[in-house]
Amino acid sequence: MYKYILRRVLVFIPMLFLVTVIVFTLAMLAPGDPLTGQVLDPNIDPEVLEERRDALGLNDPPPVQYWNWLQEVGQGNLGDSLHYSGRTVEELILARVPNTINLAVFSLFVTIVVGLPLGIYSARKQYTPADYAATTFGFFGLSMPNFFFGLIAIYVFAFQLGWFPARGTGDGTLLSTIHHLVLPGITLGLASTAIYMRYIRSEVLDVMGSDYIRTARAKGLTDGTVLYKHTLRNSLIPIITLMGFEFGTLLSGAVVVEAVFSFPGMGQLFLTGIQNNDFPLIMGINLVVGITILVGNLIADILYAVVDPRIRYD
Amino acid sequence: MSEPRTPEEQTDNQPNPPEPSEAQEPTKNEKQQSPTGIIIRRFLKNKLAVFGLIMLVLITTVSFSAPLITEHDPTSTDMLNIHADPSSEHILGTNGVGQDNFARLLYGGQISIQIGLYIAAIVTVIGVVLGSLAGYYGGRVDGAIMRFTDLFLVLPFLLLVLTVVTILQETTLTIFVITLGLIVWPNITRILRGTYLSLREQEFVLSAKSIGASDFRIMRKHLLPNAVGPIIVNATVIMAQMIILESALSFLGFGIPEPTPTWGSMLDEARNLGILTGQPHMWLPPGLMIVLTVLSINFIGDALRDAFDPKSKSR
Repeated sequence: MYKYILRRVLVFIPMLFLVTVIVFTLAMLAPGDPLTGQVLDPNIDPEVLEERRDALGLNDPPPVQYWNWLQEVGQGNLGDSLHYSGRTVEELILARVPNTINLAVFSLFVTIVVGLPLGIYSARKQYTPADYAATTFGFFGLSMPNFFFGLIAIYVFAFQLGWFPARGTGDGTLLSTIHHLVLPGITLGLASTAIYMRYIRSEVLDVMGSDYIRTARAKGLTDGTVLYKHTLRNSLIPIITLMGFEFGTLLSGAVVVEAVFSFPGMGQLFLTGIQNNDFPLIMGINLVVGITILVGNLIADILYAVVDPRIRYD
Repeated sequence: MSEPRTPEEQTDNQPNPPEPSEAQEPTKNEKQQSPTGIIIRRFLKNKLAVFGLIMLVLITTVSFSAPLITEHDPTSTDMLNIHADPSSEHILGTNGVGQDNFARLLYGGQISIQIGLYIAAIVTVIGVVLGSLAGYYGGRVDGAIMRFTDLFLVLPFLLLVLTVVTILQETTLTIFVITLGLIVWPNITRILRGTYLSLREQEFVLSAKSIGASDFRIMRKHLLPNAVGPIIVNATVIMAQMIILESALSFLGFGIPEPTPTWGSMLDEARNLGILTGQPHMWLPPGLMIVLTVLSINFIGDALRDAFDPKSKSR
């Protein structure tokens, strides 16, 4: 078991390295460099600029630049933003992280609270109208672009009914924060809710057809006991992996959803970076997100092994 | 198809005994039960799938006969008549630069469907080639290809696409399609690799090998026909995802550049709160078209998955 965890961690390290290489490569491919903006300034002598490039190491061969960059990153230094002058990338990201975490947690909550029970219910009542309704919902959740759902949510619940605010994060109190999270959170969670629901449904149906469930029924256990003690325990295991991979989906979705709801999180920061060709910012966010996803997958892998003794540790 | 039956059917013999191995000798009854016939029949039994198919054909036909339906040019602007409400002249009004929304809705369908199809085609070709190499050869080839897919999977998809689109600075339809194709292929490659990995262990592969068939021949003649199910199903999934992705990118302003009409860029108008709340006719129709199109494709894909699945009971 510990050997398995150790092995997972050992796989994690080259992947981490890979993320830095990819982010660095993308940064090298990007047009311009930190001094490009000053080229247009007629008061600056091109030769001076070239000297400053030399001083900053921008003319070094890429591997050298990579190594220097990696050392900076290792110290938590992601560089200066071009768009937000005078602010570092790490400071900008840190300021937005709590909002995006709130959003992600809220949407995960929606996903679990709605998706799991719906999937279980739908499997238990297979081929009833309730099942068809749930399955249809699943199809819609998969087929609805989240930004379109968000627009409808704003139109109906913020504009027509006035129940929830359409934008921003509120005044900082807990109640206001949650109030502002409802619409973006549900919008972000919609697709995952549909995926979880479909997944759990087929998983429960699968397990319910297995021999040991028949045995449990034959012993005379009630439906409830069979469901909660036998079926669910085994159906829920793959959900852990699904959640591990959920990070990436959530963060991708956050870019769009935060744009719809003018929600000041990492996604919106990323879009601002993209719109202004602020490559240090873009790459900084890519790096942070890439590492977050790797850590998420690592945790999921380890939890999976803890929960499922059938995992072979080799 | 020279291959007798899908491999899953062979392994599935235990719970499903009444199919003796002589089933190849076509009796009169068996003849109607050709694998393709079974699949088509199962597919047609699924009402949602038939609905999806009809809708998709309808949307495609209407989109591509746009010039017959409206005389408005979707790209011609009219700055004197912007954000107009629906009228007999402009059924869905006009947008922020006076383009006819109804014409853009029709022509936008062409773009969405083409993008979905092209990317699905690119990704499927890459996926089948690399997936079969990785799955069939295993070992180092497999390791190398899988590590290569890792490169693309460490970053969330949308962030990677947005970053690459920004690096490219300007996109056209062709660049857009190729870029997305080159970013999306790893997922499908991994799935198809899994399919090939299990196919390779089947006895008919061993038998083909032992009579001296070349690797290429085995992959093309024996493995490919048996992998058609997963390939087609995944292609539909990709197509649906890409239509959504294109609309999301266009919505954010990073999709196909103006003046090409797309459903996503029509929805972009709704980022203006006044239009979002006051003029739903501007953004609701393209959104509904996306949902309807993607829903139809998903219905079809789901039914194909069931139809290709030999374990499925409905015959």
